[in-house]
This record gives sequence, C-alpha cells and structure tokens, in this order.
Amino acid sequence: MGNLMRATHAEVHGLNRRLPDRTSGHSGKKPRCLIDGAYTLQCQDLGLVRVFDHGGTPMRQRLFDPIIASEITPESAYMQRRTLMKGLAAGLIAGLAGCEHEVEAKAETPVLPTPKPEIPGLKTWPGSSRETRTSFRDVTSYNNYYEFGTGKGDPAARSANFKPRPWTLEVAGEAEVTGRFDLDDLLKGMAFEERIYRLRCVEAWSMVIPWNGFPLASLLKRFKPTSKAKYVRFETIERPREMPGQRSAIIDWPYREGLRIDEAMHPLTLLAVGVYGRWLPNQNGAPLRLVVPWKYGFKSIKSIVKIHFSETQPPTSWNVMAPDEYGFYANVNSAVDHPRWSQASERRIAEGMSIFKARIATTSFNGYAEQVAAMYTGLDPQTLY
Amino acid sequence: MRIAVTKVVLFLLCLVPAAVLCWDVFVGDPGPDPVARIVHETGAWTLRFLLITLTITPLRRFSGWNLLIRFRRMLGLYAFFYACLHFASYLLLDLGAFWAQLLTDIVKRPYITVGFSAWLLLVPLAITSTNAMMRRLGKRWQTLHRLSYLIAVLGVLHFLWLVKADLSEPLIYAAILAVLMLLRWRRLSGRN
Repeated sequence: MGNLMRATHAEVHGLNRRLPDRTSGHSGKKPRCLIDGAYTLQCQDLGLVRVFDHGGTPMRQRLFDPIIASEITPESAYMQRRTLMKGLAAGLIAGLAGCEHEVEAKAETPVLPTPKPEIPGLKTWPGSSRETRTSFRDVTSYNNYYEFGTGKGDPAARSANFKPRPWTLEVAGEAEVTGRFDLDDLLKGMAFEERIYRLRCVEAWSMVIPWNGFPLASLLKRFKPTSKAKYVRFETIERPREMPGQRSAIIDWPYREGLRIDEAMHPLTLLAVGVYGRWLPNQNGAPLRLVVPWKYGFKSIKSIVKIHFSETQPPTSWNVMAPDEYGFYANVNSAVDHPRWSQASERRIAEGMSIFKARIATTSFNGYAEQVAAMYTGLDPQTLY
Repeated sequence: MRIAVTKVVLFLLCLVPAAVLCWDVFVGDPGPDPVARIVHETGAWTLRFLLITLTITPLRRFSGWNLLIRFRRMLGLYAFFYACLHFASYLLLDLGAFWAQLLTDIVKRPYITVGFSAWLLLVPLAITSTNAMMRRLGKRWQTLHRLSYLIAVLGVLHFLWLVKADLSEPLIYAAILAVLMLLRWRRLSGRN
C-alpha cells in the first residue's frame, strides 16, 4: 500500500518514473471484487491498479511509483504460501464442496486500496523502514484506544462523533513560552515528513506504519523549556460525550504519558498528524499524537491536549495501574518479559503475512538500538521495560 | 428416529463456529490479526461449550425434559474439540517457529499453566466418554466427570488472567459458571 503516496513523492521530487508492464508474469490472477460493474484488482506487488471489465480485459490502468524491491513478495514465497494454505484448508475443511476452488480465490483477494493522500508536500525521510507495511485498513481498524472502548475494533466503530477541530493545545510548566495555542496556528507553515516506523505493542503484536508528522523536538523548542524541564508530560483529551470508552472507569481518565526530556527531544520522537498521507483518523489519535518507535505502543499517547514540562517524573497511566507490568520507560526489550506473557517475539500484522509465519523475533529497542541505546547507559536493563 | 435427526442437526450446528472461522480465514476476510482471532474464538467456544454442557443437567431438572441428557456427551466432546483447536492454533499458528517459548510459557505464565491443565484434564474425560467406558467405570465415571466443573473454573480463570484491563467478558462466563455451581452445590448439599 502507500503506492499513491509514493506517487506524490515522485511528483514532489520531479521524478517521473515509469513502470514496465509486468502483469503477464504475474501468475494469471483472476479478479474477484465487483465495484461499479467492473472488476478491480490491485496488483499490489507490482504497484499498479488495474480495472477489468467482466471479460477480464484491462479497461484502464493507472501507474504508480514502483514499490521498493525489498517489499515485493517473492513469487516463490507467494506460491509456497498458497500451497500451504491449500494443504491446511484441505485438511481442516475437507468435504466442504468447492473448498479447493475457494482457497484458490482467497489467495487472489484484492487488497483494498489506500485512499488518496491528502496531506500536501510530504517529505520522505531516509530512515524509513523497508519492511512490508501494515495495510491502511489494518492500521485504521485494529487499534488500542480505550477512550473509545477496549475492543480492537471499537475505536474505528465508535469514534465517528469525535471532533478533532477546533483543537487547543495547552502548554504549561517549566518553559518560557506557555499558554493555550490553537493547533492549526501551531501547524501553520510546518513541513510534514513521511516516516515509516515499526510499532510494537506491549501485547506482543506489531505493525509497520507510514506516519506523517514532525519531530516533537521542533515543536518543544518553540516553547523554550527551562533547565528545570527534566520531563515532559502529555495528556489525552477527556470528552466522555464523544469518547464512549471514557464513560467507564477502566482507566483513571484522562490518559497520561510522559518522557524524559532527552527522549522527547530525540530526533526519532515524532508528533504525528497523519498516517498514509491522510490526516489522522479519529481512531488513530486525531488530531495530534505521539509516536515513539522504540517504546511499547502505549507510550505513544493519542489526541494530545496538554504538554507539561516538569522537574519530576510524571505519573503515567499504565504504570500507575499496574506498575509491575508496565514501566515508565517501556522500551521494547525482548529480554524482559511482561509478567504474563513473553516479549521475546511478536506477531507482525502486515500485508501478505501467512498465518503460519506471523511471529517474528522482537529486537531490542524495536530495532532502533543504534539511535537510542546511548540514552540509557548506566541504567539497569532489567528496569527498562 | 427424531432423536437421531436432532443429533445430526445439533452436530452440524456445533460445527458452525469452526466453519465460519475457516471460511473467514481461508476464503473471506479474517481481519487484521487472523491468528489472534483464531486463538481467541476457539478459546471462547471451548468455554461456551463447557458451560452449555454443564447447563444440561439443571435444565433437564427444571424443564423435566429428560431427553436433553442424550445430547450432553456430544456437547462435552465439542468442548474438547474446540479446546484442541484452541491449543493447536496457539501452538502451530501463534507460537509458530518459536516453540521454545511453549515450555517457558507453560511454566512461567500462570494463565497458560492453568489453560494447559484444563486441556489436559479434558483428555481423560473425552477418552472415557464412550458407553463401554461408562459401563466399565460404573459409579466412578460420575465422580471422574465432575472434573468438568473444575475444568470450567480453570477455563474461566485462564481467560480472566490474560485480559489486560477490561474484565467484563470473562466475568460474564464467571457469573454463569457461578450460577451453575450454586445449583449443583444446592442439590448435593440438599441430599445430605
């Protein structure tokens, strides 16, 4: 996914790359999805969308920026997956008529296209992950955002009434510039980047997400934090009328998170306003959320209304709720298990993942050790959970 | 004859959750995290079938519909069937190539220890579910099969333990089980 957005990048950089038509070599897929009387099939591996009429002949063809080579599922792996799936299906649901046929069809299920990007002038960021991304659909429909309910589907299903505009950000504490700021004023003239980060949930699943935003440091510096500012505290908005999950006391609302000032100022720490080139959907923490890629997902607080510079370590929601299970640092650390489950590995939610190979090893600092490990020298690694 | 037909219908009905899951995974849309869904749903159906099985006796007593007992074995075996799917999907799909994690999981994680014990306890019950075994074990059969209450307790505990913050779903199962056990206890103590 994200081909559309890359097309934008190509325009931005004046590149006009063309993609050779390689469809003939692409295992002769048959389209299944009926849209507006035509069959649409996104040949994701090839980075192009083809629209077929009923007879299967291409009606029109749109070209997008070709996908990076490392993202292409090798044909062999693809075929292997299909064989595996067929084998298991045959074993499990043997006797179901048409089973083989349907399994065949499943392997060809077209991926829903990512909606058109709407954030203008996105800059690419060289450090982006090259791993297979999580689809736009999964990024926006599988969320932990208890303000809208504890089910993974709740945030997408129950956030329609949430209003991310107008939005006021309150800045307080140990800084020269404090007060209440309109978000749009703060964002004016700001350049947004596309950064593809791994996101590792403390529940041992992970995603690869193209966020759109800017380094938190670039915003924090404008408030001129004083030397007393050792920590930064963040707060999510509290609006039980728009956030049905806040009507039950699962968490002591509002949700609170915090970072040490050096973590907050680290160039990897991102404030996101969008994902996949779209302004953040409500379920992903609109209009402004934190993304700290080397920490467990719960540190990346959503729908931020308050930033507070403080001298002491601020209380953070999950840490207050269960201090033995969720630390303040919450750095991704495969060596320290959650008391109830292992953190040594994770289930990767990404496009084309086989259900037999969904689990991958977890890396320390979620693969960002080189950039961030130095901040924690001298600290007991056992406390870095 | 009618019982035979009902049994066939019930048999197929009990397969529906597994069939729906297979369909979604292999044909339709299993959602963002198929493995989590498979593991969660097979687990939930294990609990449901355990509770349904335990409901048969009190229901039979209240309704006077003695035929119900004829379906209990099948429902109990379905609980075992879904428990096996649950365990197998955890082992083969969720852990995948990370099998080493299984041993540490069973030893170190209380909720997995409890869940695994529940599955283990179901095995002798499934083995002794045949008519021949019932005859052979005589009175001891009933004593043995009272383990199903313990298994249900372990099952609910297994679910309660793994939930992060929202306990409402496992608590519903806990409440149903509590009512069933209360009915059972009243009956047993009333006899003495």
